[in-house]
Amino acid sequence: MQYAISILLSGVSLGGQYALIAIGYTMVYGILRLINFAHGDVFMVAGLMMVYLTASLPLAVSIPLVLILTVLLGFVIERAAYKPLREAPRMSVMISAIGVSYLLQNLATYITGGLPQMYPEIPGISATVSIAGVSTKWVTIVTPVLVLVLVAALTQLINHTKVGMAMRAVAKDFETAQLMGIKINAVISVTFIIGSFLAAVGSVLYFTNYQSIVPLSGSLPGLRAFVAAVFGGIGSIPGAVVGAFIIGLSESIIKGSNWSIFSDAFTFALLIIILVVKPTGLFGEKVTDKV
Amino acid sequence: MKNTSKKGAWIGLLCIAALLAAVVVLENVLDPNKNIMVFTALKKGAVYALVAVSMNLLNGFTGLFSLGQAGFMLLGAYTYAILTIPTSQRDAVYYIYNGSAINFSLPELFGGGAVGLVLGVLLALILGGCVAAVVAWLIGLPVLRLKSDYLAIATLGFGEIIRAVFQWDKLGPVTNGANALKNFPTFTSFNIQNANGETVLRLSTFVAFLLAGVCIAVIVLLINSTYGRAFKAIRDDEVAAEAMGINLSRHKRLAFVISSFFAGFGGGMFAMFANQAQAKTFTTAMTYEILLIVVIGGIGSVSGSCIAAFLYVAASEWWLRFLDAETFIGGVKVPLLRNGFRMVVFSVVIMIVVLFFRRGIMGDKELPDLLKKRRKEGAVK
Repeated sequence: MQYAISILLSGVSLGGQYALIAIGYTMVYGILRLINFAHGDVFMVAGLMMVYLTASLPLAVSIPLVLILTVLLGFVIERAAYKPLREAPRMSVMISAIGVSYLLQNLATYITGGLPQMYPEIPGISATVSIAGVSTKWVTIVTPVLVLVLVAALTQLINHTKVGMAMRAVAKDFETAQLMGIKINAVISVTFIIGSFLAAVGSVLYFTNYQSIVPLSGSLPGLRAFVAAVFGGIGSIPGAVVGAFIIGLSESIIKGSNWSIFSDAFTFALLIIILVVKPTGLFGEKVTDKV
Repeated sequence: MKNTSKKGAWIGLLCIAALLAAVVVLENVLDPNKNIMVFTALKKGAVYALVAVSMNLLNGFTGLFSLGQAGFMLLGAYTYAILTIPTSQRDAVYYIYNGSAINFSLPELFGGGAVGLVLGVLLALILGGCVAAVVAWLIGLPVLRLKSDYLAIATLGFGEIIRAVFQWDKLGPVTNGANALKNFPTFTSFNIQNANGETVLRLSTFVAFLLAGVCIAVIVLLINSTYGRAFKAIRDDEVAAEAMGINLSRHKRLAFVISSFFAGFGGGMFAMFANQAQAKTFTTAMTYEILLIVVIGGIGSVSGSCIAAFLYVAASEWWLRFLDAETFIGGVKVPLLRNGFRMVVFSVVIMIVVLFFRRGIMGDKELPDLLKKRRKEGAVK
């Protein structure tokens, strides 16, 4: 019983962390039709920034600074690597995203020297707590709550503000939105800023749980979050959140069984099945191809 | 028209023969122990050229964006390794699992010696390709119905699944679990030795070039056939191609299976190059590497992929090495040079190519096209 609770708890918290990354994927895909392969690495870089900033600054300063710098990184990546290719075929943009991911990973290897870095303890959420006889970190409980709050705020932003309306319009029809006087580039920048911000929050939560960071620690969580986004129906924010919780829970259940080596295989098998059976995902809209 | 293309084919064959001869001469004139980097780059370049061309067949010529290349290479590498490890070495390699479940090796079945080695290695490589092709056919049934980026993600996921399966403990007696398979014949086994064990004729690089060259030639023939034209039609416009009577699903599957066959073959060659086969080397990063080679060479150009493969391997393994070493000039330490800097510079260069030279080295032209154009321009003058 206790074992079941501990698996459930870690699954929910993992799911919450994936949800924060998945939202970044799903929003960018909704607008640019681009799988932003570099998103997982932005998440990893946010973790590394935290390690280096806390070495010299107090936590109260470094956490906001990490959020700001990550947002800046997401903004710069979009402007430098994706904007010049706006008229190019979609594959070129995707290849550019792979290139950015490669660059970020190599940069991280260079700076860290390839050694795993220890994530700092954050007072409050690093402390242990026991629930129903299972001891865990506070972050496990904080994560789902924080995710729900952030998602609620984001939904408000998208449904009830002018920027949100612009984002919905651009996602619906890129060219018409442009003709209606929406500043496309500004909207895309806002999307990347929100995505990177959530990824930075996600990295604080994730690395408080799994403390060591290597240059490759962003790629797999990134891919799993992407699977979650596809699973929930890419382009849909509630879909991404639900998908992420399902992926997080199933990963934690499989990791707790004898089949732990197959946890990623299961995630991807799930992806292939959903793509074949229901390509639009759980909450996705039906798209018809025009000739 | 027919005459000129025949003439072109002869010229191409002559060029390849000259290249192969040059490789043999080079390897026997230069001392491989003093020029390790040159021959590493050449062998790895040949392997990567083959794999890049096989990926180009899919991504560049058929317009199917697949990222499963490393997974198919893994299949080929393991099949090759499992079938060729000498029976006497099996206990040493599979020491964790108390020996292997498969107790024969192809080179020995063919009677050992030089003949057995050549036939056994060749058959094992081909079987590796076949295993990859069969798996590709199975995977293709559901996956090929997907469109562009969904296909990319699904094949990427397939690569991860394959890697997990091969590291599974229960398959240990066959795949050796997460441990490396080794002690099988490699490229250096093809060096001819005299009775005293001294190397008389070095053929290791030649073998790599020959195998890769033959495979690439087959792919080129395929691209120039009616099938190749159908592939290109699918790439340019699926709907129009279907309207012209091209069976979409059949041709897509064909391209996927053939590309995977050569990726598997290349995977076996990679195992020969690396002297070992281990599941953890065939990661997504490897697929990305090959994709970047294809992009640098030009999507849709076979000769571009070959040139880019050698440039890429030579740059990352050899020419840029100095960036990794701390250097002092006149007693002053050159800033930034440190372990890992090479890859940073390298990825910046790749980003520049991707952003500003999107057509790569060759675009969708081939080497002979460029020469022809120049000749025409000369004639006008």
